[in-house]
Amino acid sequence: MAPKCGGAARVPLAGGGAGIFASYVVGWGYVSGAVGPDPGQIITEALGLAAFQLLLATLAMTPLRRWTGWGGWLRVRRMLGLFAFFYAVLHVLAFLQFILGWSDLWATFTKRPYIIAGAVAFLCLVPLAVTSPVSAMRRLGPYWKRLHKLIYLAVGVAWVHFLWQARSDLGEMVMYGLLLAILLGVRAIGQAGPVWSLLKRADIG
Amino acid sequence: EPLDFTRAPQFSTGEEKTPFKDVIRYNNFYEFGTGKDDPAKYAESMSVDPWSVIVDGECGKPGTYALEDLLRPHDYEERVYRLRCVEAWSMVIPWVGVPLADVVKRLEPTSKAKYVYFETLEDPEQMRGQQSIFSTIDWPYREGLRMDEAMNELAFLAVGLYGKALPKQNGAPIRLVLPWKYGFKSIKSIVRIRFQETRPKTTWERIAPSEYGFYANVNPEVDHPRWSQKRERRLPSGLLSPNWIETEKFNGYGEQVAGLYKGMDLRKFY
Repeated sequence: MAPKCGGAARVPLAGGGAGIFASYVVGWGYVSGAVGPDPGQIITEALGLAAFQLLLATLAMTPLRRWTGWGGWLRVRRMLGLFAFFYAVLHVLAFLQFILGWSDLWATFTKRPYIIAGAVAFLCLVPLAVTSPVSAMRRLGPYWKRLHKLIYLAVGVAWVHFLWQARSDLGEMVMYGLLLAILLGVRAIGQAGPVWSLLKRADIG
Repeated sequence: EPLDFTRAPQFSTGEEKTPFKDVIRYNNFYEFGTGKDDPAKYAESMSVDPWSVIVDGECGKPGTYALEDLLRPHDYEERVYRLRCVEAWSMVIPWVGVPLADVVKRLEPTSKAKYVYFETLEDPEQMRGQQSIFSTIDWPYREGLRMDEAMNELAFLAVGLYGKALPKQNGAPIRLVLPWKYGFKSIKSIVRIRFQETRPKTTWERIAPSEYGFYANVNPEVDHPRWSQKRERRLPSGLLSPNWIETEKFNGYGEQVAGLYKGMDLRKFY
């Protein structure tokens, strides 16, 4: 699973470019007043949604490699995962600074279910980001893959985090939920493949 | 077009007003989508002229009123009210309209009329938010007041803001403004006023009764389950210096309305 290093330099470059572009969009939106009279709220929401979308994109890389046979998807996967984490960090900081103003922390993180879900999702991402370098991957060996299954928990809980905030129109989150179900479903089918053939063999035997 | 009105300083606040451009581009009106900028983007598709309001239930003057007939006998006044959204942001808005009590009196509610019920227009063709199959709102949007709340001097029927007719995204052509209650009580684009003996179930009460009560009075002591109500961001708010202010009970209008709720446990009747 370890990504090859050939051409890898282009990946961080592209990633950096995307990051600068995103900061530009948010920054310009703020400076020009386009984000409106409550910029903290809008920017916090935008960063959180971006983190979630990047997580979904990260999950799409493995099936894409299987369908296309191109190994490059996996190199992009690490970058997307790190970007998801990067946006999640910004989202958490924005929430603490713009929405909470660093007050009411205890009640917020103990009493409010959607915040707890968001915090769990974020905490799941921390060890994944920390163990993303190739060196960590080598050191952890088989445990790396097991550890990185945490992404399923993270993205599932993140979806709940959004669903609990949808106040009356669930359409958008139902759509994301379908996408997530597809991304997890193709994995289940992939896993079932060998099991299925084993069963068939057992039958014949 | 500009409206004719007199100022009502006794019902106004000297606090800095939220700029017109922010009042008309940042609000909730789920009939046009759940995004804060959706009403400004999509409300243009609503037709507000001609407009009529059905008056029915326990009253002496039921009927279908053309908006002009409903309003004609009354003089418009301007009141600058604080508006506190349940989402913990707030604005200061100069409304133009008439006291709700004046209109209610003219409709001659009977002794059986204990509550007033209001409904917003329901027309998915004009209101794209009503087309969503995943919406949990059972349209039309419904609100209600106890009779004594409706007769309180603060309760206001607005037809304009900043001296001009209401923009469609703000609830044209006629809406309620109840400054001591969370914003969602101030129902927009009203097409029905009904007097009834029983308490109506309001839209948000139907969706999430544990989060939104019938009264929905602004109260920093009772948290919304998903966020604290102790503070609010007065808009426009800066990014690096958010404009936090402490939320006041009844949104600072306790002097006028606290008597309505004497003896009631406001933690229970939220």
